Amino acid sequence: METKATVIRDENSETAELRINMGPQHPATHGVFRMVLTLDGERVVTVEPHIGYLHRGSEKLTEGENFQQITTLFDRLDYISNFNNEWVYVRTVERAMEVEIPERAEFIRIILGELNRIASHFLFYGTYGLDIGAMNPVMIGFRERERIQALFEGVSGARMMHNYFRVGGVKEDLPDGFVPAINALLEHLKKGYEDAKNILTESEIFIERTAGIGALDAERTLDYGVTGPVLRAAGVDYDIRKADPYSMYSDLDFSVPLGSHGDCYDRYMVRMLEIEQSIKIIEQCIRRLPDGPIQGKVSRILRPPEGDFFVHGENPRGDLGVYLVSTGGTVRPYRLKIRGPSFSNLMALSSMMEGAYLADSTVILGSLDIVLGEVDR
Amino acid sequence: MNISDYISIFAIVFVMFNGILGSVLVVIYGERKVLARLQQRIGPSRTGPWGILQTLADAVKLVLKEDIRPQNSDRIIFYLAPLIIFTPIFMLWVVLPFGSGLVLGDIDLGLFYVSALLGLSVVGMVAAGWSSNSKYAMLGSARSAAQLISYELPLILSILSVGLFAQLFTDNPFNLSSIVNAQAGLPFIFVMPLAFVLFLIGGLAETARIPFDIPHADEEIVGGAFVEYSGIRWGAFQLSEYTGLITMAFLASILFLGGWSGPFSDKFVWLQPFYISSKTAFIILLAFWIRAPLPRLRIDQLMAFAWKAIIPISFANFILVSLVVFIGDRISLPIFQIQLILGLLNLISMIALAYLLTSRRKRRLAVYRERWGEK
Amino acid sequence: MSTDNFNQYTTEEFETATRAVLGDIKATVEPNFGELGIVCDRSDIVAICKIVKQDPGISMEYLRSISVVDWVEHMEVVYHLSSIKHMNRIVIKVVIPLEDLKIDSVITVWSGADWHEREGHDLFGVEFIGHPDMSPLILYEGFEGFPGRKSFEIPVQETFYGD
Repeated sequence: METKATVIRDENSETAELRINMGPQHPATHGVFRMVLTLDGERVVTVEPHIGYLHRGSEKLTEGENFQQITTLFDRLDYISNFNNEWVYVRTVERAMEVEIPERAEFIRIILGELNRIASHFLFYGTYGLDIGAMNPVMIGFRERERIQALFEGVSGARMMHNYFRVGGVKEDLPDGFVPAINALLEHLKKGYEDAKNILTESEIFIERTAGIGALDAERTLDYGVTGPVLRAAGVDYDIRKADPYSMYSDLDFSVPLGSHGDCYDRYMVRMLEIEQSIKIIEQCIRRLPDGPIQGKVSRILRPPEGDFFVHGENPRGDLGVYLVSTGGTVRPYRLKIRGPSFSNLMALSSMMEGAYLADSTVILGSLDIVLGEVDR
Repeated sequence: MNISDYISIFAIVFVMFNGILGSVLVVIYGERKVLARLQQRIGPSRTGPWGILQTLADAVKLVLKEDIRPQNSDRIIFYLAPLIIFTPIFMLWVVLPFGSGLVLGDIDLGLFYVSALLGLSVVGMVAAGWSSNSKYAMLGSARSAAQLISYELPLILSILSVGLFAQLFTDNPFNLSSIVNAQAGLPFIFVMPLAFVLFLIGGLAETARIPFDIPHADEEIVGGAFVEYSGIRWGAFQLSEYTGLITMAFLASILFLGGWSGPFSDKFVWLQPFYISSKTAFIILLAFWIRAPLPRLRIDQLMAFAWKAIIPISFANFILVSLVVFIGDRISLPIFQIQLILGLLNLISMIALAYLLTSRRKRRLAVYRERWGEK
Repeated sequence: MSTDNFNQYTTEEFETATRAVLGDIKATVEPNFGELGIVCDRSDIVAICKIVKQDPGISMEYLRSISVVDWVEHMEVVYHLSSIKHMNRIVIKVVIPLEDLKIDSVITVWSGADWHEREGHDLFGVEFIGHPDMSPLILYEGFEGFPGRKSFEIPVQETFYGD
């Protein structure tokens, strides 16, 4: 339903705008995000986002760490998609040092990265359902994510903070019985995906709550630097895996789901269909997973040459970019700037929210799927 | 009245009150267990066997918690609000019959008494929201005022249509016991399924349960009117919420499911409370079931649903029932035939409404299937 | 599209096209580690950004990030731009002296410059002229110093382990 409403006002009565503070402690702000809403009745007039409650100075901290040690900091940026973060970082250093990566390591990276994308999208699915008031999705979302994390634990030893990708390859080879385990996992995931779809995708209340809400057209979305599923929901075909293929993505067969309206429902659908595509990618990778070394030839001490390098990768939330400035011959970066997708996506929030209902504000915020660890860094 | 009367009244009230408290504990435990099973969880399992003491432990924790009052709140109203919500819901139980003759006050205008007290809880909500001096609480109370007033109408209209129909059986159609007696042959749900559905929807909205839990809306206004309450006062709100749910279910079973009547209920009187409580439990289970998968509506959609769909249907239903009863009475049809006619008409209108709703749903879904391709 | 990770968009044509578009604005245009680097004066930054965004052949509609690099003797503001249409990438570098940490804001060109510039102001003290709101973004109000700079010493907090 389009949100059309005629405001009937009594000439004699006096109305005032209400300013309410949402967050940093609020169940629907996905972490420590704070926004100050000005309300006219139930409608949002202006939004004032405040971030920085989770600022840990990651960029500054990297300047004091060796290139090997920085991977751990990247785990803690977007703590829902850790492998993808590590991947972009190690690719930056690899590009600076022009390291050749063995094929097996590339496939391992793709498998883990795509699994992480599925886990992230399932988490989105759960929390999004919760934002709208449904309780079942969060259970399904976390159930499936938990299965994936159990596999991650088998591979890297940790459920979330993996520290598994290395410059030139990965830390160690896959454990025994990985391929049967991941095949079983994929079967579970497909079933869980069907469960998930059955509950929300065609639910009438869900469609009423999300369709047409928070819509932003392609031009304005791009103007804010929004990337990832939010941008693709607006119909812009920009997926770095296709547009600027890295790793083995150009050899793999998958498609990029695109929306047309740029509203919350499209964002949801794009993410759900990306789960399908990621499963497809993983299946191809398992079929093609070669034997061989998992680590390329890299010196023990990493000393990238002088220069500045910007490398980006497609994270579940969008375009994660790492800008590395190296003075050459040093074991620490001179400056490392992280361009988080959530940071840019969040900028578009206020223009999406204006004029929406108060109840929609959490729906719109949820549809951006932000992670505050990456926004504040 | 002599002293023994007072003692017996006190004893009855004491037993009733504690019985309701106990049943609230059971209902909360049941909700957590049932919801857990619907969501592939286990639910409470640590406190006592199968976790049955969990709600009791929670209640004890609530009692022991510090009672906090916001500094700038209106002290008197803030402390009164839980009582204002709490009292009318408990007063309702005076007229609710558990069996034939098993009722505290068998008043003739029981239906009116019930409708009047059901409307009172909105006062407590507004008082709580206003006195807390919190914007979230105020938004919550404004929302619940809007919602409760809107959904009161269909609720009362369906209650009244029951009273209208009971006229055919008894001279005392607004007395709850005689309504139950009127259903000895055929429960009213078979005669007036439409009114039953309207009552359920109105009841869900009155008790502010998903998908109508907009006054609470944990993800938007974090609990609505109760945000600022803590400890036992918050517990009192929670208690009245769940008592409200039980009361609604109890009313539904009295008005539509035949109350205490069931097989052999005339012969064995002790079966009557059993029948009525199992019918109540069934309705409560229905509410849990609805809660599990459904998202919440938005306030404007909720209002549109009330004023554009539910209230016109309720009025139509009310007019239908009164016409059938009036004409049937005039031409002195046998009661069985009136029941048949009304039941058939209701069935037809239900099917028509269901068809309208599903075709609308199909039309809407087609748009989104087209948007995303058949996948 | 080539599958080579390195230097894939640095075609000669793109470089010459960018040079041609920039016209008589004084700027050096040369490849910069896989992207096309433009080094310019700070007075020209808004003009250059407008040109590269609006020119249909270059069409840098997507501002990826604005980074500030502290080179101790001077600061450098680095703009990473990307074109979704043509998949080209440009990096613009502007040097600003320490005594006068000011540069024109590009928020009129891309709305997405908003928080990137505020962050640069927070962490490095670079003032973006024309930005409507330069209040602290990720630091709290009243924070002293600029933690991004090399000269900033991370305050050591004494850990209290109890008695």
